[in-house]
Amino acid sequence: MNDFGFGPDEVAAIHLSLKVAIWATLASLPPGIAVALALARGRFWGRDLLNGVVHLPLILPPVVTGYALLLLMGRQGWVGKPLASIGIVFAFNWTGAALAAGVMGFPLMVRAIRLSIEAVDTRLEQAAGTLGAPPVWVFATVTLPLMLPGVLAGAVLAFAKALGEFGATITFVSNIPGRTQTLSGAIYAYTQSPGGDAGALRLVAVSVVLSLMALLLSETLARSVSRRIGGMS
Amino acid sequence: MSAPPALDLDVTLRQGDFDLQAQVTAGRGLTVLFGQSGSGKSTLIDLVAGLKRPDRGRIAVDGVPLVDTAAGLWLPPHRRRVGYVFQEARLLPHLTVRQNLLYGRWFARRHVTAEAPTLDSVTDLLGIAPLLARRPAGLSGGEKARVALGRALLAAPRILLMDEPLAALDEARKAEILPYLERLRDHAGLPILYVTHAVAEVARLATTVVMMNQGRVRAVGAPGTLWSRPDLMDLTGGAEAGSLLDAVVGGRTADGLFQLDTAAGRILVPHLPPHLASGARTRLRIPARDVLLSDRAPQGLSALNILPGIVADVREDADGSRVVRLECVGAPVLARVTRTSADALSITPGQPLWAIVKAVALDRGS
Repeated sequence: MNDFGFGPDEVAAIHLSLKVAIWATLASLPPGIAVALALARGRFWGRDLLNGVVHLPLILPPVVTGYALLLLMGRQGWVGKPLASIGIVFAFNWTGAALAAGVMGFPLMVRAIRLSIEAVDTRLEQAAGTLGAPPVWVFATVTLPLMLPGVLAGAVLAFAKALGEFGATITFVSNIPGRTQTLSGAIYAYTQSPGGDAGALRLVAVSVVLSLMALLLSETLARSVSRRIGGMS
Repeated sequence: MSAPPALDLDVTLRQGDFDLQAQVTAGRGLTVLFGQSGSGKSTLIDLVAGLKRPDRGRIAVDGVPLVDTAAGLWLPPHRRRVGYVFQEARLLPHLTVRQNLLYGRWFARRHVTAEAPTLDSVTDLLGIAPLLARRPAGLSGGEKARVALGRALLAAPRILLMDEPLAALDEARKAEILPYLERLRDHAGLPILYVTHAVAEVARLATTVVMMNQGRVRAVGAPGTLWSRPDLMDLTGGAEAGSLLDAVVGGRTADGLFQLDTAAGRILVPHLPPHLASGARTRLRIPARDVLLSDRAPQGLSALNILPGIVADVREDADGSRVVRLECVGAPVLARVTRTSADALSITPGQPLWAIVKAVALDRGS
């Protein structure tokens, strides 16, 4: 990377951004699928409330979400304090950046997955049931493969969101170079310092390239999945 | 101890305005649930499959109880071992034909006996071996229907449930599937519950018919018996009403006509479907509107088939025409005549008449 003239903090920021985005995406997939399933299929008291809570990060100012994370997950937070006592620390740590990025991307991921679940023909699941498949098997062999395009789309959205997250991250874990400074944070820092334009532009280019690559990868995956499903749109 | 019935059910279910109360006992062979849409026949088959739950009642297949609300028993669909062939096939789009066929095999592994059908025997029976590597999206309607049937058979079911499996297919595709269903009925020993509202399918396939109307069972019996009952004519076809006669294919006459022996007498037809060889059993349908009546033995007529009989019953139809049931040596033949003709012949029960059959439908309207 240094061949391109990146400084050590810039390389660290690129690395951190990728690490944060990948972890945020992977870690939110299981709860994302579970919540999407509950919202699409579940009939329980408080479903609308759950839907509202999941969508909060989408409509709240990111700073508010970041502050809420600080209150909840910070070293002195209701959840953060007991977690810190067993060695899991989010505050001012890259894990906190991943958490903030994951929370911000969560509504986008859940929406995409929920739509794909609602598009799955439940009559196919019934057919699998009459063939002797217990419900867990039906989910693993029918529902999950058929909703895969939506899961991919949701993962890419969450990844892109995580890559670009700024407000909640900087509020929750600050902008410490080499520790919690992601691409967005580094670009912001450059724009705040005189003569930082060249550095900002370099990182902006990296940002554009990474986002485009994620998009292309998802398109390719989606195409191969729909080919495998065969003629399904 | 005698063998338990293939299907024994007695259920009630209320869904909104629809109220189903049915008691059915069916033996081996193919039992048709016959009725118009909304009669409850599909609901009944869904109750057997476990896709719907009855309010009250019990269902047993081959003596194995699947549902008994009094005992608090309700087996979920995946533990019932019913092979369900849906009208829209419902093949899994992300799997190949082979994977679809074998989908239920794993779950049925404990029940697969030496006589159970194998992938090879099923693909041979249904002629789908060339399709194994393909995906459902690329199959024709007839191919999908055959794969769906094979998939149900390979799950080693206790009973085969078929919900209008031919309704979505055109005549040519139906003709493609029907022989497989006949082979299944005659050779597999697997009880089949078959939902349809098509008389042609009843004529060709049914061992027993359960006639349904507005959530109730109106009658149960052999197709020939039910189709000759004037009190069931509102269900057996109205304008399309006719009698069903069991027949054995005989030899050919000197001038090339085919003989069909029925209880009512010998019927001659110019053509036979190719699958009917001499000695084969079949069922022919005589539409009531294609039967003329005469009060003396007719002579000098072009019609081939003239059957003597005794008037058993005269009934006025909704449009004012008369439907006459003639007992022809024990086999009933229905004739539809106008009121004017009925008056001119002064048709009364007990009167001898001759039925002149203008047209005979064999299997699928050939």
